[in-house]
Amino acid sequence: MEPILELRGVRKRFGAQEAVAGVSLSIPRGSFFSLLGPSGCGKTTTLRMIAGFESPDEGEIHLGGGRIDHLPPYQRNVNTVFQNYALFPHLTVRANVEFGLRRKGIAEIASRVDAALDQVRLAGKASRMPAQLSGGERQRVALARALVLQPDVLLLDEPLSALDPQLRKQVRAELKDLQRRAGITFLFITHDQEEALAMSDSIAVMNGGRVEQAGPPEEIYRRPRTRFVASFVGAMNWIEGAGLRPEALRICRTPEAGLRPATVTVTTFLGPVMHVEARFENGETCVAEVSANGGSAFREGECVHIGWSVSDELRFE
Amino acid sequence: MNRLRRLFIAPSAVLLAVTLVGPLVIVGLYSLLSRGAYGGIEQPFTGENYTRLWDPLYGEILWRSLWIAAVATALCVVIAFPMALFIARSGEKRNLYLSLVILPFWTSFLIRTYAWMFLLRDTGLINTVLQAAGIIKDPLPMLYNNGAVILGLVYGFLPFMVLPIYATLERLDPAYAEASADLGARPLQTLWRVTLPLCAPGIRAGAILVFVPCLGTYITSDLLGGSKTILVGNLVQNQFTDARDWPFGAAASVVLMAVAMALLLAARRRGEELL
Repeated sequence: MEPILELRGVRKRFGAQEAVAGVSLSIPRGSFFSLLGPSGCGKTTTLRMIAGFESPDEGEIHLGGGRIDHLPPYQRNVNTVFQNYALFPHLTVRANVEFGLRRKGIAEIASRVDAALDQVRLAGKASRMPAQLSGGERQRVALARALVLQPDVLLLDEPLSALDPQLRKQVRAELKDLQRRAGITFLFITHDQEEALAMSDSIAVMNGGRVEQAGPPEEIYRRPRTRFVASFVGAMNWIEGAGLRPEALRICRTPEAGLRPATVTVTTFLGPVMHVEARFENGETCVAEVSANGGSAFREGECVHIGWSVSDELRFE
Repeated sequence: MNRLRRLFIAPSAVLLAVTLVGPLVIVGLYSLLSRGAYGGIEQPFTGENYTRLWDPLYGEILWRSLWIAAVATALCVVIAFPMALFIARSGEKRNLYLSLVILPFWTSFLIRTYAWMFLLRDTGLINTVLQAAGIIKDPLPMLYNNGAVILGLVYGFLPFMVLPIYATLERLDPAYAEASADLGARPLQTLWRVTLPLCAPGIRAGAILVFVPCLGTYITSDLLGGSKTILVGNLVQNQFTDARDWPFGAAASVVLMAVAMALLLAARRRGEELL
C-alpha cells in the first residue's frame, strides 16, 4: 500500500543525548499505526517532529508525497490529540472544535462542527466549557477538534493514559471503530503494549531512539526480532537463554521425558486462565499460563514438571 | 488543633487590627467630626464633610483621577504584556530580566520621580539635546500636564503589571500554544486567541495592583502635574497639611476608598462571568 507518511533517517539530539537516533518509518494510508516503547525511547520526540513542534537535526519527513520537515505546524496537514488534550479552557466545546476550521478559513463551519460532535457522541454538550466535562468527554472533544479538519494523519500522544483503567478498554474499541469509520490514518503513541497489540494494524517498537522492529501485532508478538522486543511486548520467560511465552509452557504433576522439575511459588487465578509461577532447581523462575478449568488447581509449594516444544523457543544473539 | 490554628493566626490578626482596621476606623470617625481651629478634630459629629464633597469641583477631581488611573493601567497592560512574554520566553536569561524589572525599587520612588522632572522640563535633558541637535527651536512642553502624570504613573507601576502577567505566562502549559499552531493558527493568531485570553487572571491581578495606587497617588501628580492636575490624592493630602481640615480630608479618602472598592467588586464579578 502507498505510504501516507514516511520518515527517512530522522535524528534529533537534545544536548548530549540523542533522543531519536535515525528513525525510518513508512505508514500506510488509512492504517492504525502504533509507536510503542518505554518512556524515553524517543517516541514522543518522533511525534513532535511529525507535528512540527521540533525540527529534526537530520533526515526527512514526507507527508502525502511532499516533504514537510521544514514547515511550521500550522502548515502541516496533520493534527494532534495531546496527552492531556490541551483543550482551550476559555472556549466552549463548540468553539474548541471550530478553532481549526476558522483558522483555515473553511466554509460550512456549523454543519461540520455538528457532524464532528455527533461522531464522538457529544452533540448535546456543545455549549459546555471543558472544565465541566468528564475525562472521557474531554478526550472525545480533543478527537473531534482534530478530526474535523480531516488531517492526512492524526497523531495521538498517549491519549488513553489520562483515563481511568475501567474506561480505557472501552475507549480502545471506540477509537479503533472511529478510525475505521473516519478512514483517517492514526499514528498512536503508547507505552502500553497491550493497547498497541489490541488496536493496531502495525506496530513499530522503539528503544533507545531507534525502531527495533516494525510489523503487524501478531508478527511482533510471535517473531520478535530482538531480545528487547521479545521482553517488552507480551510476557516472557527466559529459561537457559531461550525466550518462552507463558502460554508455551506446559505443567504436569507426573515426570515425563524432557520435562524439568520445579516448585510452584505463587499461583494467580485470572478467571479463564491461571498464572503459575515456579522455580527450577537451578534457581531460574518462570510464569506459565494454564487453563483454569481443567483438573485441580496447582498449589504453592507443590512439585511439578515443566516442559515446552522447541519450536516455541525464541533465541537471540 | 483549633487552638493551635488560632495561635498561628493571632499575630497576623493583631497586626491587621492595629495597622489596617484601627486606622480605617479612625479615618471613618474623623470624617464625621468637625474641623479644629489649628488642624485636628473637634466635636460635634456632623455629615457636613460629605455634603461639601457633593460639589462639581470635587466631582471633576474624582473623574480626572479615575480616567488618569484607567489610562495609566491600560498603558501598563499594553507595555507589560509583551515584556512579560519576552521574559517568559528568554530561557536562562529570564532571571536577569526579572531582576532588571525589580531594580528601580532599590531607589526611592520620590527620587525617581524627580529624575523624570530633570528629563522632561524645558531646560531638561531631552529638550536640551533636541535643541542642540537643531530638531526643535522652542522646548517641548513635556512637564506639568496630564501626559507627564500618566507617564510617571506608568513608569512607576509597570513592574506591578509585568510580574503577575509573567507569573501567569510562566505557569501556562506550552501545550495550549502548540495545540493552537497544530490547528492551523499562525503565531500572532495564537498570541491573540489563546495566550492572551489565558493570561486574563494575571492581567486582572496586575490591573488591580496598578489601578488602585494610581487612583490614590499624590507624589506623581504633585511633582509632574503641576497645579493644573489636582487628583483626589492631592486633595486629601492638602486637607491634612495646608488646609488643616482633617475631617474633610478624611471624608474625601473614605469616598475614594468606596469608589475603588466598588470598581474592584464590579471587575471581579465581571471576571467571574468571563470564566
